[in-house]
Amino acid sequence: MKDTFKSMLAKGGPFIGLILVIVLFSIPGETREFFLTYNNFKIIFTQTVIVAIGALGMTMIIVSGGIDLSVGSSIALTSVAGAQLIQRGWAPIPVLLAMVAVGALIGLLNGTAIAGLRMTPFIITLGTLGVARGSAKWMADNQTVNYESSPINGWMTTADPFGHALPAGVWVTLGLAVLTAILLRKTVFGRHVFALGSNEATARLCGIATTRLKVAIYTLAGAFFGLAGLFQLSRLRQGDPTVAVGLELDIIASVIIGGASLSGGVGTILGSMIGALIMAVLRNGSQQMGWPTYFQEIIIGLVIIVAVFLDRLRQGRQA
Amino acid sequence: MSDVRLRLTAIQKSFGATRALKSVSLEIAPGEVHAIIGENGAGKSTLMKILSGAYGADAGTMNLSGLPYLPENPHDARLKGVAMIYQELNLALHLSAQENILLGAESARAGWIDRKNSRERAQAALAQLGHEGLDLDRLAGDFSIAEQQIIEIARALLISLQVLIMDEPTSSLTQADTEKLFATITRLRARGVSIIYISHFLEECRLIADRYTVLKDGETVGSGEMSGASLDHIVTLMTGREVKELYPRTAHPMGAVVLEVKAAASKPRLRQATLQLRAGEVFGLGGLIGAGRTDLLRAIFGLDDLAAGEICILGAPNRAVGPKNRWGQGVGFLSENRKEEGLMLNQTITDNLTLTKLGAFGRMGWINGARQEAVAQRWVGELRVKCRDAGQLIGELSGGNQQKVALARLLEHPARIFLLDEPTRGIDVGSKAQIYQLVSELAAAGKAVVVVSSYLPELLGMCDTIGVMCRGELTAVRPRAEWSESEIMRAATGSAD
Repeated sequence: MKDTFKSMLAKGGPFIGLILVIVLFSIPGETREFFLTYNNFKIIFTQTVIVAIGALGMTMIIVSGGIDLSVGSSIALTSVAGAQLIQRGWAPIPVLLAMVAVGALIGLLNGTAIAGLRMTPFIITLGTLGVARGSAKWMADNQTVNYESSPINGWMTTADPFGHALPAGVWVTLGLAVLTAILLRKTVFGRHVFALGSNEATARLCGIATTRLKVAIYTLAGAFFGLAGLFQLSRLRQGDPTVAVGLELDIIASVIIGGASLSGGVGTILGSMIGALIMAVLRNGSQQMGWPTYFQEIIIGLVIIVAVFLDRLRQGRQA
Repeated sequence: MSDVRLRLTAIQKSFGATRALKSVSLEIAPGEVHAIIGENGAGKSTLMKILSGAYGADAGTMNLSGLPYLPENPHDARLKGVAMIYQELNLALHLSAQENILLGAESARAGWIDRKNSRERAQAALAQLGHEGLDLDRLAGDFSIAEQQIIEIARALLISLQVLIMDEPTSSLTQADTEKLFATITRLRARGVSIIYISHFLEECRLIADRYTVLKDGETVGSGEMSGASLDHIVTLMTGREVKELYPRTAHPMGAVVLEVKAAASKPRLRQATLQLRAGEVFGLGGLIGAGRTDLLRAIFGLDDLAAGEICILGAPNRAVGPKNRWGQGVGFLSENRKEEGLMLNQTITDNLTLTKLGAFGRMGWINGARQEAVAQRWVGELRVKCRDAGQLIGELSGGNQQKVALARLLEHPARIFLLDEPTRGIDVGSKAQIYQLVSELAAAGKAVVVVSSYLPELLGMCDTIGVMCRGELTAVRPRAEWSESEIMRAATGSAD
């Protein structure tokens, strides 16, 4: 009983943060009328999709004790690749599959380099950050890749922008979040991810094939990043090699605000999703307050520090 | 002893609802070595943290050389003359020995290091310890544990040291280094430094200490002159019960050969080892730290690659192996290093206990959490692991209880061949006795056990056969009856023939 209460408190931390941010933006006169409406939350949810899908993959990586800095570049590269395939007349589903495959391929390269060369993920993915971004620009000839139209463009909007329906991207995110949470909690693969992040030596000692596991984690996460690239393409309606610069930091921040530990072994999908929402609510609210973007950046930066500090306090009390 | 260096009266300390110290009193004379003895969780570390200024006491008084002693923090305690050497040494491994000795007390003029004066002070400190030969320019990380300890003690000598607290100083030292440390302690004692010596090794306490105090459940339950005390009496005080058969022996017939190591070698340390292990046999590996005992176990378990030789499990030779295959063959390995290799400290008891066989708790990669938890809960009950329940994080348990869970992992798997590396290191007497009991039961049930231990009474008490390693070679393998403590030491130091 005491344990469930404690884990509720642990999961509740980010949730309380989310409610706090929402309440704070509901009070001022500038935002009071529109902020707490269904339509605004529809916007917030839609704005969360890309970061949230990225955070699903990133949660796996961070729980396994790793990090991936190449996400923003992967998203740009897959969106360029997707736009070029649409130009060639590919249908939406093959484009989707191809983009997920490109993302997974980048992840496979990351994972193989990290596990095979025994180098730290920070260095390897810092490298692929540049490689993927450069490749995207090369492939796109340093321009945006435009196409006539594609059903993909409709996956981040709804037919009636003021209706009650949510765009496909939001539902996909929700579905994948549930699946990933189950994967991490209820399967042997998921528990091995936690074991690897908690203590790699123990994982090896207990017969877990750590090399193969790392490759699998980065590849699967890469597939998520490819999917995030798809929704980026859907939102922009063009392939842009300069898009999503620094997005990996937003994604990492979501996971950390959600209670994951950068040293591995700790983290939840629910937390990461709430973390992504907190970031989106902060952006949305700041815009409605009419605050300049630099002010938003400062606020989000401070929120990350405060969130992790509160987490430290909570853990300190547990011990 | 009329004058008293340190006097503690009725010290109390609580953490929330837990009363870590109920009432502890202590008196130490100048130049006295005082052993603090107690099981894990008896309150030793809390007491030491209060003495060294890391915690404040809730009630009670402390006097140092007749003056009230109220350290605000460890630095303040140091300035007042009380220094602590932790089991896990506190050195900056990338700085030189000299920089480490002077850390926080550098000789400086206007912010610039005074090199000449620094060197003199560091040398003077080492000279007091009888270790003038230590190379002050070498990086601390390049020294052995024993030498690193000397560096820490030298650091404490920079101030006018009155009381030195040493927490398990010999836990990772070899016999020879332990003797050198005792010589150093004797020098300090002669200079009038009082020493508080904490150790699980009672024989050691008897060798070095003048007096002792036994703590149990946060209270002083006994103290006296070391020379007049029997170890049995002290153990009874510690545990509150008579420990009769510390090393139980049940008659167990030996069966077929289950493990054969033929001229195995691995980099960097293991040069040559040959042994045979039978079902129902407890095989002890003695030797100094760094003699290659751990390396031999790791090679058998496939954690290190073989450079030469062959290892046969149940008659099947197999050179390209990893831990996964070994678990599959029923071989289990208990690491000597619980925190860094053995356990995942921020995961639950359940996950730690079942990590080698998660797939067995469900089908097709799914885990039935309730079954997994029930299995863990059963072992927690059977081995009397002190915890809330199997869902508790293992990092919150004491060392002895962590070790029981680490062992339960092998039992649950279940292993037929147990490779146990220093299974009783750093755990309390009660848990030790339980582990001896368990090993004896395993042998009786026809399992085979290889156990590495640096603690000779344990090796002689537990094992049927003992092999001693020296400089990477397994030199002598004989039945236990043909060994004595001194013979093991001679073989370990290479002075047997």
